[in-house]
Amino acid sequence: MMKIAKYVSYDILRNRFIALYTLFLLMVTFSMFSLDSDPGKATLSLLNIVLLVVPLVSIVFTTIHFYNSYEFIELLLAQPVSRKTIYFAEYFSISIALSTAYIIGVAIPMLFLNFSESSLYLIMAGLLLTFVFVALAFGASVATRDKAKAIGIALLFWFYFTLIYDGLILYVIYSFSDYPLDKVTLALVSLNPIDLARIIILLKLDLSALMGYTGAFYKNFFGSSLGVIYSVLFLFVWTLAPLLLAMRKFVRKDI
Amino acid sequence: MIRVVIFVAVFLFSVCTFARTWVVAKNSSVKSIKSAIELAAKGDTIRIMKGIYKEGNMVIQKSIVIIGIDYPVLDGENKYEIFTIAATDVSIIGLRMINTGVGSINDISAISAIEAKRLRVLNNQFENTFFGIHLANCIGSVVEDNVLHSNAEVEHQIGNGIHAWKCDSITIRNNKVSGHRDGIYFEFVTNSLVEKNFSHHNMRYGLHFMFSHNDEYRSNVFQNNGAGVAVMYTKKVKMISNRFEDNWGASSYGLLLKDIGDADIQLNHFAKNTVAVYMEGSSRCHFTQNVFSGNGWAVKMQANCDENVYSKNSFLSNTFDMATNGSLVLNTVDANYWDKYEGYDLDKDRVGDVPYHPVSLYSMVVEKMPSAVMLWRSFLVYMLDRTEKVLPSATPENLKDIHPAMRNYDYNF
Amino acid sequence: MIIISAVNKRFGKLEVLKSIYAEFNHGKSYAMIGPNGSGKTTLIKCILGMVLPDSGTINVNGKSIANDWSYRNLVGYMPQIGRYPDQMKIGQIFDMIRDLRQDQSHIDEDLIKEFNLDHMSDKRMHTLSGGTRQKVSASLAFLFNPRIMILDEPTAGLDPIAVEILKEKIIAEKNKDRTFLITSHIMSDLDELTSNVVYLEEGKILFNDTIDLLKEETGEIKLGRAIATIMKRNLKESERV
Repeated sequence: MMKIAKYVSYDILRNRFIALYTLFLLMVTFSMFSLDSDPGKATLSLLNIVLLVVPLVSIVFTTIHFYNSYEFIELLLAQPVSRKTIYFAEYFSISIALSTAYIIGVAIPMLFLNFSESSLYLIMAGLLLTFVFVALAFGASVATRDKAKAIGIALLFWFYFTLIYDGLILYVIYSFSDYPLDKVTLALVSLNPIDLARIIILLKLDLSALMGYTGAFYKNFFGSSLGVIYSVLFLFVWTLAPLLLAMRKFVRKDI
Repeated sequence: MIRVVIFVAVFLFSVCTFARTWVVAKNSSVKSIKSAIELAAKGDTIRIMKGIYKEGNMVIQKSIVIIGIDYPVLDGENKYEIFTIAATDVSIIGLRMINTGVGSINDISAISAIEAKRLRVLNNQFENTFFGIHLANCIGSVVEDNVLHSNAEVEHQIGNGIHAWKCDSITIRNNKVSGHRDGIYFEFVTNSLVEKNFSHHNMRYGLHFMFSHNDEYRSNVFQNNGAGVAVMYTKKVKMISNRFEDNWGASSYGLLLKDIGDADIQLNHFAKNTVAVYMEGSSRCHFTQNVFSGNGWAVKMQANCDENVYSKNSFLSNTFDMATNGSLVLNTVDANYWDKYEGYDLDKDRVGDVPYHPVSLYSMVVEKMPSAVMLWRSFLVYMLDRTEKVLPSATPENLKDIHPAMRNYDYNF
Repeated sequence: MIIISAVNKRFGKLEVLKSIYAEFNHGKSYAMIGPNGSGKTTLIKCILGMVLPDSGTINVNGKSIANDWSYRNLVGYMPQIGRYPDQMKIGQIFDMIRDLRQDQSHIDEDLIKEFNLDHMSDKRMHTLSGGTRQKVSASLAFLFNPRIMILDEPTAGLDPIAVEILKEKIIAEKNKDRTFLITSHIMSDLDELTSNVVYLEEGKILFNDTIDLLKEETGEIKLGRAIATIMKRNLKESERV
C-alpha cells in the first residue's frame, strides 16, 4: 500500500490546487494574526475558517480527485494488488496531501505566532476534520459513477453538517425545551463531525459558559479531559465508519 | 503564718492594680486554661504554651488577653464550642482550634462572641470547626490574620467560616477561609470593612451578606466557591479591587446582586466564572473600571434592574458579554471596552463611531434553552448573530454602548 | 488458459453478458469483435477482475479469479484510454508498477526503447500527447512478459510508425505460447495479429473459432468483409423472427 501511496501522494502534493489551498490557509492565518492584536481573538476567527473551509475543501477535492484518477485506478486494478490496497493507498495519499497543506498553512504559523493550548487543539481539530471529510468523500465517490452527482452528494454532506444539522438540533432543543436535554444534546452533537471538532475548541475557550449547564454529568464531562477524549474518539469513529463502509462498496464495485 | 498572709496580701494587691500574666503549661503551676481564666482578673494576659488542651467549653466573661505560644492546640473533641465570649476587650491570639462539635440547632463555633465590644481575634488557626468565628452583636471588633479550614462534604453539616450577625464597625482582614459553608457571612452588619481576605473552596458562598449597609469590601479574593459570592438586600456597599474567580456551575456566580441599591463596584477583576455578575432587583449600582475576562456570561441583568451604570469596564474573551430577560432596559452602558466590538473610529478619538450591542441574539436563545449552548460558535449561530446585527429584532435595541472604547483600558490589578 | 463459464452480468435493467462460455488458450491470439455495446469491454473487464460477474466463473490457469488477485501477475493490460496522475513522471510510472510486481525475472523493456520513452523519463504525464500516453500503456503491458495479454484498441491514437512497432512486437510475442485478447475496430490489424475470432453481439458469443474457418464459411478473403457478412446475416435472421 505504501508503495502506491508514496507515488500518488507525491503526485497530489504537486497538484496546483493543493498549492493554492496551502497558500490560502497561510494568507488567512497570517492576516488573522496581523489584523488582531489579541491572539485569542485571532484563534477564534481562524476557528470559524477552519470549521468551514477544511471540510469543504477536503470533501470536494477528494471527490474530484477520485474521478480524475478513475482510469489510473483501472490500470492499478489490472496489477496484482488487492482492491483494498489500492483503496487505502488512495485514502492515505489524499489525507497526507491535504494534511500537509493544513500543517504548512495553519499549524506551523500558529505554533510560531501563538503557541498555546487552544492553538494545539485547533490544529488537532483541523487535522481530524480533514481525515473525516476525505473519508466521507470516498463514500460519496463510491456511491455513484457520475462525477457531477458525486460532487453534488459531497457538497450536500458539507452543507448538511455545517448548517442543516445544527438547525435540526436547535429545533429539537426548542421543541423539547421543557425536558432535560443534556445527554440528548450531547448525543445529537456526536452525530456531526464538525460539531465534535468545534466542541474540542469550545472546551478550551468557553468552558466557563459550558459549566453553566445543569447537571453534575456535564460538570464531570466538561471539567475533565474526558470531553476532549470523547470528541477525538468519536472523530476517529467518524473517519473509520465511512472509510470502511465505502471500502466494502469499492471492493464490490464494477469499475 | 504571717508570711503566708503577707504573700496573699501582696498577691491580691498586685491582682487588683497591675495586669498580670498567667502561663498555662503542662509543667507550670497553672495546667489548664480554664483555671487560668478563673484566676485571671480584668486586663490580665494568659500565655498558653505549646501542647494539646481538651477542656470542653471555656466561657470568658472578663476583659483578658489569651495568647498562644507556638500554636497550642485547643481540641473541642467534636463535642464542644471552644470559647464563648461575653465581655468587652477580649483578645484571642495565636491559638490553634480544632474539632468543634456540630449542631443542627446551635451554631457551635470555635470562638463565639456575644455582645463583645472591641474583641480581637488575631493570627489563629481553625481546623475542622463547625463555625469558625461567630460574632453576634459585636461592635468595633477585629478579626485578622486567621486561617480557617474545614472539610465538609455536605452543606448542612458545616457552618460558616467567619459569621457576623448584628454587628457594627468590625474589621475582617487578611483571613484565609476554605471548606466552610459560607466563607464570610454578614447579616445586619453595618459600617464594617472586609479587606484582603482569601475565601476559596467553600461549599456555598465565598462571601454572603444580607441587610448589611454601608460596608466596604476591598482587595479580597473569592475563588472557586460552590456558588460564588451572593449579596442581598443591602444599600450603599462598596466593593473595590476584589477578585472573583473560577466560580463554575449552573447557579454559581462571581457576584450575585439581589436587591442591592447604591453600590459602588470598582476595579474588580471577574475571571473565568460561569456568570461573573448576576443582578436581580438592583438599582443604582455603579460598575466602573472592572475587568471581565474569560467568563461564560460577563453580566446577566434581569429586567427588574434599573438605573445601574456600567462604564469604563473591560470585557475580554467572555463567551457572552451581556444577557437579559426583557426588552425594556433602564440601565446605562457606556464607554466600556468590548473585545467583540467590530466598529470603526474614523475621527480617531479612540471612541467607536457606531454603538455596540452587548446582548447577542444567541445569548437570549441560551437564556431560554440552556442546552443550546452546545451549538455556540457553530456556523449556524454565527449566521444568526450576524443577521441579528444587521436586522435587530429580538435583542433589546436600547441596551447599547454608544461610546465603546477602541482600545483595551489595560487595568492592571 | 482462460475458461469462462456461464457468466452473466447486468447493469441495472441492461443485460450485458448473457450466459457466456468461452475458452482462451495459450499459443493463440483472439480478436474480440462486435458492435458497440455488444459486451466486449465488459467481458474484458470481467477477465481483469474490474467487473464482478453476477453469476458464473472465470478460471485462469485452473484457478478461479474470484477473490484472488494473484493471477494478475500473469496478465498484461493495455487500456483503451490511458490516463495517469498529472504530476507523475514517465519514469515514476514504470517504477511504481515495477514496485507492485513480485516476479521481475523477465523484464521486457523493448517497447520502452523502441518508443524512445527511456529518453523522456523525466517528462510529466500531463505534458504528454495522447499517442505518447498510449506508448506508455503499451510498454507497461509488455513490461513483465505476461502470459496473458489483453489489449483494448491498442493501435488507436498511435502514429503509423508506432503502430508498426507495436504490431511487430505483438507478432513476435504471440508465438511464445501466450494468450492474446485484442479488441479493435481496425479489421486489417486484427487480420494480421490474430488467429481466432470471438464475435459478440448483444451479450452473446455468436462465433468463436479460427479466422480461417470464418473466412471459409463466409467465402470472404478479408476478415472485415467476413465479419460484415455475419452481421448482415444475423440482421436478416432477426428480421425474419
